[in-house]
Amino acid sequence: MSSGPMSTGRPRLSRLTRLRRDRSLLLMTVPAVVLLLVFNYAPLFGLVTAFQEYDPLIGVWHSGWVGLEQFGQLLGDPLFWESTVNTLYLSFVQLVLFFPIPIALALLLNSVLSERLRNFVQSVVYLPHFFSWVLAITIFQQMLGGAGVLNQFLRGHDIGTWDVMTNPHTFALLVTSQAIWKEAGWSIIVFLAALAAINTDLYEAAAADGAGRWRRMWHITLPGLRGVVVLMLVLRLGNALSVGFEQFLVQRDAVGHDAADVLDTFSFYYGIATGNYSYGAAAGLFKSIISLLLIWGANKLAHAFGEDGLYRK
Amino acid sequence: MTMTIERGPTTSAAPRAVARRGNRAPWEEPPTTVGQAAKGLTLGTMLAVVVVPLWIIVVTSLSTPGAVNRAGGLVIWPDGLTLEPYREMLGDPTVRTSLLVSLGITLVGTLVSMAVSVLCAYGLSRPRSLGHRFLLFLLIVTMFVSGGLIPSFLVVTGLGGYDQWWALILPSAVSVFNILVLRSFYSSTSADLVDAARMDGAGEWRILWSVVLPTSRAVTAVIALFYAVGYWNSFFNVMLYMPTDSAKWPLQYVLLTFVNRGNGLPGSVNSGFGSTHAQTAPLSLQMAVVVLTLVPLLIVYPFVQKHFRAGVLTGAIKG
Repeated sequence: MSSGPMSTGRPRLSRLTRLRRDRSLLLMTVPAVVLLLVFNYAPLFGLVTAFQEYDPLIGVWHSGWVGLEQFGQLLGDPLFWESTVNTLYLSFVQLVLFFPIPIALALLLNSVLSERLRNFVQSVVYLPHFFSWVLAITIFQQMLGGAGVLNQFLRGHDIGTWDVMTNPHTFALLVTSQAIWKEAGWSIIVFLAALAAINTDLYEAAAADGAGRWRRMWHITLPGLRGVVVLMLVLRLGNALSVGFEQFLVQRDAVGHDAADVLDTFSFYYGIATGNYSYGAAAGLFKSIISLLLIWGANKLAHAFGEDGLYRK
Repeated sequence: MTMTIERGPTTSAAPRAVARRGNRAPWEEPPTTVGQAAKGLTLGTMLAVVVVPLWIIVVTSLSTPGAVNRAGGLVIWPDGLTLEPYREMLGDPTVRTSLLVSLGITLVGTLVSMAVSVLCAYGLSRPRSLGHRFLLFLLIVTMFVSGGLIPSFLVVTGLGGYDQWWALILPSAVSVFNILVLRSFYSSTSADLVDAARMDGAGEWRILWSVVLPTSRAVTAVIALFYAVGYWNSFFNVMLYMPTDSAKWPLQYVLLTFVNRGNGLPGSVNSGFGSTHAQTAPLSLQMAVVVLTLVPLLIVYPFVQKHFRAGVLTGAIKG
């Protein structure tokens, strides 16, 4: 779809001519670029505070340099290791329990013949994606919490109570089911798109050759999904250290920090809330670097499987 | 001038897919009873886990104190309905203020975000324009590399953002993901239309306003919804930048402190809410606040939801 007057002209225009021609286009990008420079790029330079003993009163220019001291302290901090372990554990649980669900649901929805039913189900299951975490957790609280519907029922039948919302031992399952409830429906969308792109002639040909529905799924549907599944897996692995921030922020007081501290919340509780900015920045930088390595590694893995992953080789 | 608005990778396959729907293709096996039952059960569960909690919350929010007492808490079947909790909620100054704050932030924020994003997306969507590759790179880098929480906090407070409205809007006003989605649609706007407009002497601003925007209403609506939901749902930036002044709290933050109060979680902030209301069962009142945070979404959702064709998202994921 490349055309328009810009591609029809002479092979090479001088920079000045192009600048004059494109000045209004460039002007249009200015507001967004300025906002990104201020609120996304400037903080990158703010990362130098991780190598300082930052004091907000004298500012980043005058604070003393301490080299890698913050990182050394971080590695000796049991709370930091607890957050790291929690993050990895939660990430693993989500990968195993969450990841396959949207794929299965997309296959199921795709097999529903009635278009109206499919559209109805989709619009309902997309809805929780648009809820805030405060709202989602409030809803869980009202259903499964100590005063919620579940315990109302259990008490009413003298079975005792079972408060999942404050139990640190089952917290990983709780937050995973919350994530599934809120986001699994929305995640279907990508897989549905991939399913719709599979050529239906293939199914017909396979059926003519005597392949049953399970064989067709195995030999046509799943290979058709392979690319997008690998892509999603790469994204998931690349984000293995991001298990959610607000979700844990809201529930931390209920289950205690032993279970609910993750790397995303570490910077907040042990950096901003205590005024120990450099320490929190160091933790953030640590996480960013590992995350970049993870994205890179996951992408290598995708290439090894012969898929594009996030970017091509 | 009508055009197909839903574009994206699925377009080519769509007609075939539609042709298959509605009645079973002749080569497909008839469904098995067990298969149909399992399918129905799964679909039913998917619907129920979303609908049932919302139903219970709405019914409870409309229940009389007597109904709440009889149920021993949340009300599943309507048993004495009243609008009193809503009257009481809207009479509460904290809730009223926070509702206005939330609506204001959402409205202003969405306008700012949309203006900035639409302009930037169009500015980068013309093939071979000067510097668009470099600018795209500049944008995409921010999706993978970020300074993190503390450096961002220091930048915003360093610019004097503490306790300022703009601190709740500007730092998150640009979503590169949304710009990429818009851009991928603008890039595929019919070149003939754009050329025709250019022949007529229209400049880039004119083309954006009279050709590109009118032909991409669906994606504009979807992206506006994404932004609006983001502003409506945000509460953490309030915690960071204006934690003390309860007159500036949005609804989500009131819900948060209110959830804390209602469920005995520690760390609640005294917002003056809920303490003097002995008339209505507090639970109904709480659920009324929950419903209030849902209402704007439920009003807008049906209009925008039909445009969530899969292409909207996949276009961006592939960059």
